[in-house]
Amino acid sequence: MNRIDQTFAGLNGEAALIPFVVAGDPDYGRSLDAIVAILEAGADMVEIGFPYSDPLADGPVIQAAALRSLQQGHQLPDCFRLIRDVRSKTEKPLIAFTYVNPVMQYGTERFFRDLAASGGDGVIIPDVPIEEAPELAQMASQYDISFIPLVAPTSGEERVRAISAQAHGFVYCVSSLGVTGERSSVASGVKSLVETVKRYTDLPACVGFGVSTPEHAAEIAAFADGVIVGSAYVRRIEQAQSEGDGSVAESVAEFTRQLKNACQRIRL
Amino acid sequence: MLSESQQSYLFPDPNGRYGQFGGRYVPETLMNALIQLEKDFLRLKADPSFQEELSYYLTQYSGRPTPLYYAERLTEALGGPKIYLKREDLNHTGAHKINNTIGQALLALRTGKKRIIAETGAGQHGVASATVAARFGLECTVFMGEEDMRRQALNVFRMRMLGAEVVPATSGTKTLKDATNEAIRHWVSHVEDTHYIIGSVVGPHPYPQIVREFQRIIGDETKQQMLAMEHRLPDAIVACVGGGSNAMGIFFPFVEDTEVELIGVEAAGRGVETEEHAASINKGRPGVLHGAKTMLLQDPYGQVTPAHSISAGLDYPGIGPEHAHFAEIGRARYVPVTDAEALDAFYLLSKLEGIIPALESAHAIAYVVKEASRMPKDTRVVICLSGRGDKDVEQVARMEGELSQ
Ligand SMILES: Cc1ncc(COP(=O)(O)O)c(C=O)c1O
Repeated sequence: MNRIDQTFAGLNGEAALIPFVVAGDPDYGRSLDAIVAILEAGADMVEIGFPYSDPLADGPVIQAAALRSLQQGHQLPDCFRLIRDVRSKTEKPLIAFTYVNPVMQYGTERFFRDLAASGGDGVIIPDVPIEEAPELAQMASQYDISFIPLVAPTSGEERVRAISAQAHGFVYCVSSLGVTGERSSVASGVKSLVETVKRYTDLPACVGFGVSTPEHAAEIAAFADGVIVGSAYVRRIEQAQSEGDGSVAESVAEFTRQLKNACQRIRL
Repeated sequence: MLSESQQSYLFPDPNGRYGQFGGRYVPETLMNALIQLEKDFLRLKADPSFQEELSYYLTQYSGRPTPLYYAERLTEALGGPKIYLKREDLNHTGAHKINNTIGQALLALRTGKKRIIAETGAGQHGVASATVAARFGLECTVFMGEEDMRRQALNVFRMRMLGAEVVPATSGTKTLKDATNEAIRHWVSHVEDTHYIIGSVVGPHPYPQIVREFQRIIGDETKQQMLAMEHRLPDAIVACVGGGSNAMGIFFPFVEDTEVELIGVEAAGRGVETEEHAASINKGRPGVLHGAKTMLLQDPYGQVTPAHSISAGLDYPGIGPEHAHFAEIGRARYVPVTDAEALDAFYLLSKLEGIIPALESAHAIAYVVKEASRMPKDTRVVICLSGRGDKDVEQVARMEGELSQ
């Protein structure tokens, strides 16, 4: 059982809160502080986005954050260093969110070895569907890294079954069509997507893409095992950094408390 | 020499691979759409009524077959092999791009899609998409890098005249690579009612196969025309390679004719020894871009690096996965040609033959200009003249203005 499995096993009825931030945004130090603050404020685990030049699955907010980080020269070794620095302060699960090309260039085995050695627990690669996953997933399991797959509203029952059967850690349910970014409401179909996943696996089903407010989190917490919030965090980081030092960690900590509170509402 | 196993060329394999290249590296949201597209494509490809309709529009609307023209004065001037030009510049809208957009528009219609999207660099594929959208009554949105919209303002106006919406891609380098990212992102949001017409043999499977199929008409005609005129196959075929659709179109029907040399010309920009070029095969490494594993310009950590070429249509850091495969197995060679060499060829063909080539196609001509003296006189070379240069006249005039200052 790695840290992700243990964390889900230890949740008492509430949904896990899984924030996403981009490594090195707005800079290395403040992104480290932000992640630590998020975890101290009650998030159950965190997804750390590795900055990439061509993030196909991301909307403008996360694209801009990746660009800010890249412009400071952050690359894969900096992301591993960040994970190591966070790991020295927490035992909560840390999940790498990366596109496949940097993994390929670094070397698949070397990637998983270094991710594990840095204290990472899971990986999400949004441009690797199950057809392209076998080698990566096998290497991940060799280093006890959970290979967390995505299911989408367009997947259909057959693919959801196949994906869920091969999942580790949890199944990432994409709430609606489209790229990452804040939305005004929770898509109506996501509940049934979660239910389909649950027919085929005992692993937790978590919902992300577009989750923006504590109200959304509460709505999702009623039927899912975890709530993933990305762009809304990244936007707060961007806003806070333009307002001056120190406020980044405070801003994300406050948002985390609101979201976690929403996740703890009684499940229906 | 090719080994026995390459004699019967069967790529892509069932996983959409060309050797190690290709595949489908896309968000899960798109997977069912790609699987369905592959099924629809294979069904329609085998459907005589679809083929008949396609052939009708290629003939009556685009003006096919295009001539295989013996460039007598260019041949004489170079004093080397006999040079033929496959005149894709004579297609409606001025380039080979329309072969693919007619095919894919018919595919969209037959699969009940009311809306198409496309990416464009110079605007040629965008114009070809907007054109077929107008003809077939489809709604059309074209994504174009903000930088390219500025450089190719006339094509933006052209697309809008044809009724298309042109959306600036403001991310990254604001060029073709980013326009393609935006088109894919948009498709993820609208996959249920929208067909994405990719403009070259790039992208996730089955796109490289679909575009190859709709462009192979170039090579099929070339083969027939060459046999009719010369009673033999050409010794070499030369084509410029951006994503690689005109090259794949003219190469593919000859893939098993191993005596025919296939030469793809990459844009070397200011030189392959500089940072400013688009020579993905000569200077890139295997990586993933726009849903396919292919040869890619990138930094040591896998960040895609910007390409450069005088011609917007070749200004792309990747290349179609099947070209990467051809390079790996040695079925085709990929050679670099610089901005300056292409510009010289642009003038040369204009002056000798009265044909103003697209700057893209001028790269292919430039290679033959450079190599003609080393090629035997009794050989026959076909150059794919992928497009006409009208779109480039303004750019070249502006550059000349700068030069004379
Ligand atoms: C005339 C012409 N030739 C070639 C290209 C390059 O594309 P491809 O390599 O797919 O043929 C373009 C692209 O815009 C073009 O307009």
